[in-house]
Amino acid sequence: MSYETVIGLEIHVQLATETKLFCGCSTEFGAEPNTQVCPVCLGMPGVLPVLNRRAVEFALRTATALDCTINTRSVFSRKNYFYPDLPKGYQISQFTEPVAEHGHLDIETSEGTKRIGITRIHMEEDAGKLLHGEGAEEDSYSFADLNRACVPLIEIVSEPDIRSAEEAVAYMKAMRDIVVYTGVCDGNMEHGSFRCDANVSIRPVGREKFGTRAELKNINSFKFVKDAIEYEEQRQADLLDEGGTVVQETRLFDSAKGITVSMRSKEEAHDYRYFDEPDLLPLVVPGAMLEEVKATMPELPRAKRDRFVSEYSIPEYDAGVLTATRALADYYEAVVKETKEPKASSNWVMGEVLRVLKEENRDITDCPLEPKRLAELVTMVKGGKINSNMAKEVFEEIYKSGKTAAEVVEAKGMTQISDEGELVSQIDSIIAANPDEAERFRGGEVKLQGFFVGQIMKATRGQANPQIVNKLLKERLKG
Amino acid sequence: MSITNESIHGLSHRLANKEVTSVEATGQFLERIKAVDETVNAYITVADDHAIAQAQEADRRLSSGTNITPLTGVPVSVKDIFCTKEIRTTCGSKMLENFIPPYDATLITKLKAAGAVILGKNNMDEFAMGSSTENSAYSPTLNPWSTAHVPGGSSGGSAASVAADECAASIGTDTGGSIRQPASCCGVVGLKPTYGRVSRFGMIAFASSLDQAGPLTKDVEDAAILLNVMAGHDPADSTSIDAPVPDYTASLKEGVKGLKIGIPKEYFIEGIDPEVDVAVKSAIEVLKEAGAEIVEVSLPHTAYAVSVYYLVATAEASSNLARYDGVKYGMRLDPTGNLTDMYRATREAGFGAEVKRRIMLGTYSLSAGYYDAYYKKASQVRTLISNDFNAAFTKCDVIVTPTAPSPAFKVGERTEDPLTMYLSDIFTISCNLAGIPGISLPCGLSKEGLPIGLQILGRSLDEETVLRAAYAYETATEWHKARPKL
Amino acid sequence: MSITGKDVEYVAGLARLALKDDEVDTYTAQLQRILSYVEKLSELNTEGVIPTAYSVSTSTPMREDIRAVSLERDEALKNAPSTARGCFKVPRIIE
Repeated sequence: MSYETVIGLEIHVQLATETKLFCGCSTEFGAEPNTQVCPVCLGMPGVLPVLNRRAVEFALRTATALDCTINTRSVFSRKNYFYPDLPKGYQISQFTEPVAEHGHLDIETSEGTKRIGITRIHMEEDAGKLLHGEGAEEDSYSFADLNRACVPLIEIVSEPDIRSAEEAVAYMKAMRDIVVYTGVCDGNMEHGSFRCDANVSIRPVGREKFGTRAELKNINSFKFVKDAIEYEEQRQADLLDEGGTVVQETRLFDSAKGITVSMRSKEEAHDYRYFDEPDLLPLVVPGAMLEEVKATMPELPRAKRDRFVSEYSIPEYDAGVLTATRALADYYEAVVKETKEPKASSNWVMGEVLRVLKEENRDITDCPLEPKRLAELVTMVKGGKINSNMAKEVFEEIYKSGKTAAEVVEAKGMTQISDEGELVSQIDSIIAANPDEAERFRGGEVKLQGFFVGQIMKATRGQANPQIVNKLLKERLKG
Repeated sequence: MSITNESIHGLSHRLANKEVTSVEATGQFLERIKAVDETVNAYITVADDHAIAQAQEADRRLSSGTNITPLTGVPVSVKDIFCTKEIRTTCGSKMLENFIPPYDATLITKLKAAGAVILGKNNMDEFAMGSSTENSAYSPTLNPWSTAHVPGGSSGGSAASVAADECAASIGTDTGGSIRQPASCCGVVGLKPTYGRVSRFGMIAFASSLDQAGPLTKDVEDAAILLNVMAGHDPADSTSIDAPVPDYTASLKEGVKGLKIGIPKEYFIEGIDPEVDVAVKSAIEVLKEAGAEIVEVSLPHTAYAVSVYYLVATAEASSNLARYDGVKYGMRLDPTGNLTDMYRATREAGFGAEVKRRIMLGTYSLSAGYYDAYYKKASQVRTLISNDFNAAFTKCDVIVTPTAPSPAFKVGERTEDPLTMYLSDIFTISCNLAGIPGISLPCGLSKEGLPIGLQILGRSLDEETVLRAAYAYETATEWHKARPKL
Repeated sequence: MSITGKDVEYVAGLARLALKDDEVDTYTAQLQRILSYVEKLSELNTEGVIPTAYSVSTSTPMREDIRAVSLERDEALKNAPSTARGCFKVPRIIE
């Protein structure tokens, strides 16, 4: 039988705050275990949570980017369960009244743009990390590091609108772009700053009723999302084809084997006994805060891409590359602002700049060549001061040294020779030195033009303006 | 008068006059504790060294004449529910037998800043769950008036330490009557402020939406003095009220002329001890003679308060007590090397019977399928109880009732019957559910010689009027001067 | 509503409390008595009544995103029954 897959994603986004959701401990990744903890995030007796304002701002920013309805009153709840990475024995989350609902995100698929509904966005605290013992002595223990406990997250729950692994990946990528663009998340999937659970079910094509779903846990790369969903589609289809039934359960993706496995240990306690968190009053978003968030919303990736195409008349492909990150887009725009040459600037940024950054494994945010210095180079090329071969040499130099293009050109005596009188005498002496070639050229062997240009370039150490050389050569060789 | 008999204001006066130093006074209280606490068992931990160091510091302040408050140099005790840096904090539980907090509760910080000397940590019902202090893992506290009787609870150690002159005053907590009911049993003054008036940070949670700290003192003026130090907004407590704090001693003596005192008929019911009935009714007469106007009011949902309370408080408690899991602090039993067994064995052994019973009840009322019938229903009726008070306070300024239906009961009398024990709080619980302030003060002695308490309830954030009415009654009578013969 | 021994065992599991055999019966009886008492709440019509979860009616305050001092690790682990590798040591979790 042929089936249709139905997918809903729950994406966990770690908010890029300085401090935790309910206390002043640092959220920085990679510290020694249990060095970023205090009585509050350790869940010591008698301590109380106080909400981080920036975390709320970030949640509102995300909600705005996803066109959600923002609930001006939302409520924190306790989700009760025991686990050694959960210091209080409950997670502070939002349940009945989340901070935002009813949004959407448009994604690009092979069949065009598709709109995926966002059910809700809620705020919650992360749990700590468990390390497992290795070696005989420690084999029977686990070790709790609570640095990550209480780090702020938002969970973005999609409608079951996604129909394939590809769409799921496109949705996740588009979502990551948005949270990184809006500055609410560093997007680091390896560190777990952006991860997802996928609810996957299948149904016979044409049937409206959803099938029983499996919840795939903690998927932290685009590839794993694809692999996990594809494996799960096949597993469920095989089950149904054999006359079996899909059980509603939590399954863990084993990325090494590329399979999902049932997590029976998590099945037992789904009775979370949610109730309103009495230590935190309802969150009423002040009007001024919401206005501030709306006023300072950055341009989102899609809008920026469209604007680049229309405002700068650059190809869609260029716009796509240049808006891949907000920092790269900002860099490009800073260059264009100086050069007023969108396409030439695009070529330089997409070409040389990205190439050398890639070689050096650097991010655009720590590119040693400021947009202003690159712009100067682009302008010099455009104005005919130097030719493009020279320009590449100059680029390497200004990238490494911190000098301006003018300084490099000056120091190397690289200024382009555009003076026709000077060039004519050079050309004439080259023609005189190569009478055979000159004769063959006049006889119709036009490709020899290249030979003469090469000779002139050699004689002028590459400084001759190639356009003028070409023009003059034709005149002089006609002779 | 001996130093240990003194009220805060009496002792403060003597310290100011250099009749006695704080170190001397502290020494006398420590002697008194040594002499009587073997009998009363009001303390779980006596912090001699810390207390003497604080007294020395207070004496420096007193002799230099700077930074002196009415509490400077005054020895007080605190319920063992407040976290104290470097001093063991057990909350009356075996679970926390060796827990030494790396932080002070906000209230402790405030007491220290005011120059108070903290003698030690008072006995209590485990995790503040109880009405008799018999649920302590550190043996029950006994009533200084009669050691055959309970001191009330859960702040029984605090109330008994004040009544037995083992401190000048004490700080307790009140979730359903845990300050007022033991105050009533021990013949002292006990005030539960408006919810949010005093910081809860560092105060070990029983039921977060109901818990509130307050003073237990030898007279009403002392309650006002302590509240002055305790009250105020705390940025570390999100439920703390950010409202100006008046000087509670300023309007204390203005009398009750013209004050409207409401008497709720639902509180004078069958089953109330006749001696209590008589004592409270004559107290109302005293207030009337002092110029108050007596009006009848109705609090129609009173009969449901105990039910609401035992569903709401236990639900919150079941969650608040989940952190005692043998991982980060406290006791651990690990019989099998399996995580779930570790949790279950630890919590089975670390908690006493009443705590476990309440965790079970609270877990049940929140669990799938029962939430609407129990927790949600109770939260709705809680709204009705609040509404009752709002309506009543349109007709009167304060409400006067008995604090407890009977004087202190006998040790062991109710331990086998949780429900009857719960009904000891029948008159104090509504006040917590509505978040309003209430005070208990002595208004008589039974034939057996046990104290009887009068409860005065007020509008939200109107502790001033509550204290003023209490002070007016106290000055017109002698009950607060009665002392147990220990 | 009546509570059964099975309910008591389920709740004890959720609450991570070990029960001795005789305790199941004791708890069942005691909880039953309390639940029968609270049953009187069902007399009241509470349709449309907004539940009260808080005693304060304002909005939750927010703190600025500014770092505060964390505990020294020794201090954080000091009260723990078992530690190793700078962590809280617990029986192994099987996933």
